[in-house]
Amino acid sequence: MEELSRSLFTVLQYLVPGLGVTVSVTLIALGIGFTIGTVMAVLRIYGGRILGAVAATYSILVRAVPVVVIIFILFFVISAVVDLSPFLSGAFALGFASGAYQSEIFRGAIMSVPPGQMIAARAIGMSRFKAIRCIVLPQAVRLAIPAWANEFTLVLKDSTLVYVIGVPEIMRRAQWISSRTLEPFMAFGTAAVFYLVFTMLATRLLSIVERRYRIIM
Amino acid sequence: MPDESILRIENLRKSFGQTEVIKGVSLTVQPKEVIVIVGPSGTGKSTLLQCINLLTRPTGGRIWLEDQEITAPGTDEDKVRRRIGMVFQEFNLFNHLTALDNVTVGMTKVLGMKPDEARRKSSFELERVGMSEHAGKYPGQLSGGQKQRVGIARALGMDPSIMLFDEPTSALDPELTGEVLAVMQKLAREGMTMLVVSHEMGFAREVSNRIVFMEGGFIVEEGSPREFFNAPKSERTRQFLSMIT
Repeated sequence: MEELSRSLFTVLQYLVPGLGVTVSVTLIALGIGFTIGTVMAVLRIYGGRILGAVAATYSILVRAVPVVVIIFILFFVISAVVDLSPFLSGAFALGFASGAYQSEIFRGAIMSVPPGQMIAARAIGMSRFKAIRCIVLPQAVRLAIPAWANEFTLVLKDSTLVYVIGVPEIMRRAQWISSRTLEPFMAFGTAAVFYLVFTMLATRLLSIVERRYRIIM
Repeated sequence: MPDESILRIENLRKSFGQTEVIKGVSLTVQPKEVIVIVGPSGTGKSTLLQCINLLTRPTGGRIWLEDQEITAPGTDEDKVRRRIGMVFQEFNLFNHLTALDNVTVGMTKVLGMKPDEARRKSSFELERVGMSEHAGKYPGQLSGGQKQRVGIARALGMDPSIMLFDEPTSALDPELTGEVLAVMQKLAREGMTMLVVSHEMGFAREVSNRIVFMEGGFIVEEGSPREFFNAPKSERTRQFLSMIT
């Protein structure tokens, strides 16, 4: 028993400093993905033929390429040109990938906002852009929350992938400690529990947000 | 040319692809006039309203709002629409906003009013349509008649020169039309210039100054309610009246 708790303590010592890294990689990626996703979704629907095609191509290409490949591309190719830390290139790569999935989420959400909302906004003198920003998007974002909560958990788990470029997040640290203690079950099991707890917290939080901002129909 | 009219439409045409829906309509609306446009469905009445506030672009003809030709190239359409209130058959209230904020949003986001000033004015507009006690409710919590009254308040909040009503009671249960018509009648008494597409013959008879009968993309007949109901000039009008009464 004492043996067990000592080995758990060692594992925790290594993993806990990675929590912040995992959380910040995830949040940065989600933030970037949200920004790219909403812009691309708006371009798909309102951007006209050329911008719409650009956004559609982005979505198809990025979703076709494994996230690890995007991480490597950003790390090795881009960081040869601009000085980008592994942490930032990892977070950017995940955000860039998530943007494609989020653009699909928001595209669906925007399309489920009744067309009369846009017409009524135009009728009181809003420009197209203002109508999108003040009337359509606030409703679309609310409608997107359930699907977005799912994307949140996927990005959280994808954040493990940045270990390939040496970012010291939970997974990377679990590997270190497992190769030192030769107790992989303890190391990866503890890592799994952290992800489980994060996912549950995020899901819970987002369902509160969802209820709070639900559009009463 | 010096002209008192609020709205002047000259030989308006609108086609969707090969189909011409409005085939040359001319109409002048004087200040404080209440005009009801009647006619069978699919004859371009709603399209006419959409052309007037430029929600669809006319294919031909010209429209003046007060002394500005709004069909002229380079017209700032958003500025024009501020001056034209529009009430929709399907209400189209902003679903994520309370009744009060439905009225406020145009004032703050379009007219640039300060939030507390806009809130005061919105409360006043809701009062006008008898919806003060429901100010904090969301559209989903209101009945159809209540939604439509908020829709009217939202349009009024922009202080429009003219109000367009596109079948404002057609989506309502019969017992709810009365409250909306009463509000419209009150506005008419207060001197609001109104152009109403409606099948409510009682309203047309009681409230309007002029009735316009449209069919097949043309204005077939127009006249005072008395002329229209008691002594219709055209055979088509007589047929239409016999069918609806």
